[in-house]
Amino acid sequence: MAKLSLRGVVKRFTDHTVCDGIDLDIESGQMVCLIGASGAGKSTLLRCINLLEPIEDGEIFLDGIDIAVPGLDPQAVRQRIGMVFQSFNLFPHMTAIENVMLAPRRVHRRPRQELLPEVTGLFTRFGLADHMHRYPDQLSGGQQQRVAIVRALAMKPELMLFDEITSALDPQLVGEVLDVLRLLKNSGMTMVLATHEMGFAREAADKVCFLKDGRILEEAHPKILFTAPCHPETAAFLARTLK
Amino acid sequence: MSGEGAVAGPVPSRRQVYEDRQRRRSLIIAAASTGAVAAAVMILIPRAPGWDRVQASFFNWDVFASTFPGLLGAFMTDVAIFAWCAPAIAVLGLLVALARDARSPALFPLRILGAAHTDIFRGVPVILTVYLIGFGIPGLGLPRPWNSPYIWGSLALTLTYSAYVAEIFRSGIESVHESQRAAAQSLGLSDRDSMRFVILPQAIRRVIPAQMNMLIALQKDVALLSFIGPVEIFRQAGVYKSLMANFTPYVGAAIIFLCITIPATRYTDHLLARQNRERS
Repeated sequence: MAKLSLRGVVKRFTDHTVCDGIDLDIESGQMVCLIGASGAGKSTLLRCINLLEPIEDGEIFLDGIDIAVPGLDPQAVRQRIGMVFQSFNLFPHMTAIENVMLAPRRVHRRPRQELLPEVTGLFTRFGLADHMHRYPDQLSGGQQQRVAIVRALAMKPELMLFDEITSALDPQLVGEVLDVLRLLKNSGMTMVLATHEMGFAREAADKVCFLKDGRILEEAHPKILFTAPCHPETAAFLARTLK
Repeated sequence: MSGEGAVAGPVPSRRQVYEDRQRRRSLIIAAASTGAVAAAVMILIPRAPGWDRVQASFFNWDVFASTFPGLLGAFMTDVAIFAWCAPAIAVLGLLVALARDARSPALFPLRILGAAHTDIFRGVPVILTVYLIGFGIPGLGLPRPWNSPYIWGSLALTLTYSAYVAEIFRSGIESVHESQRAAAQSLGLSDRDSMRFVILPQAIRRVIPAQMNMLIALQKDVALLSFIGPVEIFRQAGVYKSLMANFTPYVGAAIIFLCITIPATRYTDHLLARQNRERS
């Protein structure tokens, strides 16, 4: 059984259809990359999976259980799914470690003392040990984004969503964030990325989906999709972006 | 820019010479124009036909000196009323702001109440509220401590000011970007915890300068309670005025208010300027 399955997911904003019947299966431990032009629906799809946006139609199965049932309490679902955003969205009034400990403390009711070794371990693992007690505005973009990843990981999610997490970074800072993603993949995390980093998708993804106008036009292993795309739209998009 | 002073050494640069000259010129012009205005005021006002009478009844030193200590004592009443109203206003204002944004249907009555509160108390002049509550509620024939104008006057001020304060809190809450709420929710935090730990701390910080302005206004409006009884500074000044047939005590009262409000206003401006710098 797939870790996450989308069946006919439709998302509309007033009269504009952003996701137009999306089907997708993600196996446990897989890294799936969503590629496509801005506005293709990649980010909205991730927000729908995390129930930040209610969907109009379709089903989203997490471990075979539909989490898109209207009226379901989204809180329990979101605790199992981590999300990292393009603009980091760290809480600016808290230090890095407070950002990371807030949700485990409030949601899992675990005391600071108990969390400390575990959280410190996460910071160390991602090369952030020196920055634990800094505020977000004292960190570089790459460091902030890594803290945001640590913050999501501290909730021990079963699935991680990454919404163009390197798009707001200076080019020389992209590498350190991508390294974190590689580390996560090697540890067996199930991951879905909306990304413009074609090189990374090609090298690390287990599956790449090309989205256009809210539909998945083509999904394949990166080796196939990047070298011999079946759909002419995919070929045209790749020709434009890889130039 | 920063290295300029160090590099300049004994020989000032062309631009420094020019800027020094400009600065000297501006200083001289500012001093001359200020002097001219001050001289005009000092020469022209005393030549007005009623000046002698105004001076005797508003700026009488002897009256000032003899009433000032009494005024200061009465001002302590203002300070006390301010001191218990301000925290009450902050708490009630925050509760009303939160009530107005409550989403649970069970809390719908609270939303209506919050909206009615802001509409009514922002729409009625403060003095009217003070009169209506200050005279109206003790008029119910309440027993001894409960007919005190201090209680009901303070309640009137608290209700009025919390309506404004609530709106300022609300604007602060709305100014926190949606993405902060999304980040909090994506971590599995409840709406309540998102508000308490993520949204509110940022919102409150942003509106501190605006709330300081409300405190300054409250500080002055405490004097309105004099109309329903408490002998605070304005009332005390009125008593002295009648006793001495002289308006100087009012000037003394104004000076006492200014001693508090001017530093407070400057401090608020300083906070605002710092906040603007931080955001840019």
